[in-house]
Amino acid sequence: MNIIACVKQVPDTEAQIKVKADGSGIEEGGIKWVMNPYDEFGVEEALKLKEKAGGDVTIVSIGPARAMETIRTALAMGAEKGVHIDDPALNAADAYTTAAALAAAIKGLPYDIIFCGQRAIDDDSAQVGAILAEILGVPQVTFVTKLEIDGTKVKAVRPIEGAQLVIETSLPCVITATKGLNEPRYASLPGIMKAKKKPVEAKNAAALGVSTDAKSKVAKMIPPPARPPGKILCADDTPEGKAAELAKLLREEAKVI
Amino acid sequence: MAKGVWIVAELRDGAFRKVTFEMASTARKLADQLGEEACAVVCGSGVAGIAGELGKYGIDKVYVADNAAFEPYTTDAHAAAVAKVVKDNDAAILLVAASFQGKDLAPRLVGKLATGMASDCTDVKIADGKLLAIRPMYAGKCFGEIVVSATPQIAALRPNVFPIVESAKAGAVEAFDPGLGELKTKVLEVQKEQAGKIDVSEANIIVSGGRGMKGPENFAILEELAGVLGAAVGASRAAVDAGWRAQSDQVGQTGKVVSPNLYIACGISGAIQHLAGMSSSKYIVAVNKDPEAPIFQKADYGLVDDLFKVVPALTQECKKLLG
Ligand SMILES: Cc1cc2nc3c(=O)[nH]c(=O)nc-3n(C[C@H](O)[C@H](O)[C@H](O)COP(=O)(O)OP(=O)(O)OC[C@H]3O[C@@H](n4cnc5c(N)ncnc54)[C@H](O)[C@@H]3O)c2cc1C
Ligand SMILES: Nc1ncnc2c1ncn2[C@@H]1O[C@H](COP(=O)(O)O)[C@@H](O)[C@H]1O
Repeated sequence: MNIIACVKQVPDTEAQIKVKADGSGIEEGGIKWVMNPYDEFGVEEALKLKEKAGGDVTIVSIGPARAMETIRTALAMGAEKGVHIDDPALNAADAYTTAAALAAAIKGLPYDIIFCGQRAIDDDSAQVGAILAEILGVPQVTFVTKLEIDGTKVKAVRPIEGAQLVIETSLPCVITATKGLNEPRYASLPGIMKAKKKPVEAKNAAALGVSTDAKSKVAKMIPPPARPPGKILCADDTPEGKAAELAKLLREEAKVI
Repeated sequence: MAKGVWIVAELRDGAFRKVTFEMASTARKLADQLGEEACAVVCGSGVAGIAGELGKYGIDKVYVADNAAFEPYTTDAHAAAVAKVVKDNDAAILLVAASFQGKDLAPRLVGKLATGMASDCTDVKIADGKLLAIRPMYAGKCFGEIVVSATPQIAALRPNVFPIVESAKAGAVEAFDPGLGELKTKVLEVQKEQAGKIDVSEANIIVSGGRGMKGPENFAILEELAGVLGAAVGASRAAVDAGWRAQSDQVGQTGKVVSPNLYIACGISGAIQHLAGMSSSKYIVAVNKDPEAPIFQKADYGLVDDLFKVVPALTQECKKLLG
């Protein structure tokens, strides 16, 4: 089975995000970069599938030089090889441009199944997997929490509000992974050593023959509105007194109940 | 030239979901600013009868495709139909719900229409004749203003954020041929969770519990408060990872990003990943026995006390107030 996993390097969830004074982006200094947590689920599922069905796992990532660390992490987890699309012209890529570049790279490879994360936790756009599927002309199942593959038959579970759907489709397809799908493994020390020697092919937009023009852009970034300082309730020192004071404030001041 | 503000109606079990009325009302507002029509696409099975209802929320024209293939929802059928009607009519702006269904459909449309989209928006307006969408990024650690240069300009609206406004319009219904090709996905089964459960992503009020709840059985006191308030019960990742609550209840950077009117955090310390997911709530209440817990920095009202005493007392007070 030829398995692809798309991974994006994003700021660690611990990172404090500071918007640049001119709103053109975020301050990148001091940020620790990690694999998008949802992509860890995708890579893990890719590896599990390989271990069961045989074949190999190729990691594809678009990002600057530092994204190589994330590709190496996935290789250390057990993937066989990588494709690193590094092109400054793709720095401002939106979801469509990103998916188009990924599709161009993937079209050149044999593939049966492609894993993405359900969303990248930086732009939070949750678009790339489905656009990629459309460009490749294959079906998608998004937000997958359970996956079974039997021959070319795919059975996947995805949550919707108040229910779980069991969806059937066939390979090749794109699966976007969400929490619950599996427990991503850690890279072992031998894995990390081996990853250093695994092949990673470098590509740019010209080599892939894709446009770098974005269809949408973040015109401006804005810090979140400051919250006014809150009140600590202490009408009297009993839990009942505090509860009564809170209920009254929620009803009369906030008017939310 | 492309024109009109369009919505993709979202249905469940043959009825419009609330977010559809939120989108219709928003489309009306934008259409008025542009001096154009507000239109809706309805794909469903046996829905011709209800389609006209959207006129009540400001829709001028409803395009309906009635076909058994639309129920239950599948990506292929809906994306093919919506892309076709939107393209044939050269829509300028298209609003989709940032619901589970919409999050599956909308990016597929982006692909089919080779355009751009602002996901999970909390505000949309018209600036210089174009859509300007505002959305949280980095799970709400900052916001972005998005402009789309291709057509249609797509925005996904976060449920329960945009007001529903009634403003009677024609709601004229016209059938269209969805032109469905081969469908490659099929829903084998719909496993419903407990009836009446409100999803945190669509709740006005959320009562959330964390590791301070000590065990799954204690969530009963949150369920009870939630019952009185008509709220959903959410959870921190610690509570989910401990197996006390369902994954679908997790709030935070790797769970759901929510913005209810009221968020009551009980026994949650306020880790940055949790705060990211809920700090755009209108009002935040924190109940925690540790006065130093970071959650208090975001809370409008803080109660430093034992949640096992405060929560039942609060339930009683709310019962009294709400009759
Ligand atoms: C990659 C990554 C992603 C993450 N994503 C998320 C996410 O999406 N959502 C999320 O929530 N977390 C997330 N986390 C985890 C996060 O870092 C915290 O570990 C988690 O939020 C802590 O949960 P908690 O507040 O319930 O538990 P704790 O931090 O243990 O806090 C428990 C609180 O309960 C209080 N308490 C205890 N007993 C009582 C009592 N009787 N009465 C009142 N108060 C009491 C304590 O004072 C304490 O403040 C993520 C972490 C990582 C590394
Ligand atoms: N730059 C990128 N390189 C590789 N994969 C990406 C990139 N951007 C997005 N993806 C994939 O698409 C998923 C969804 O991303 P997004 O649509 O940006 O939220 C991610 O979890 C990745 O699997």
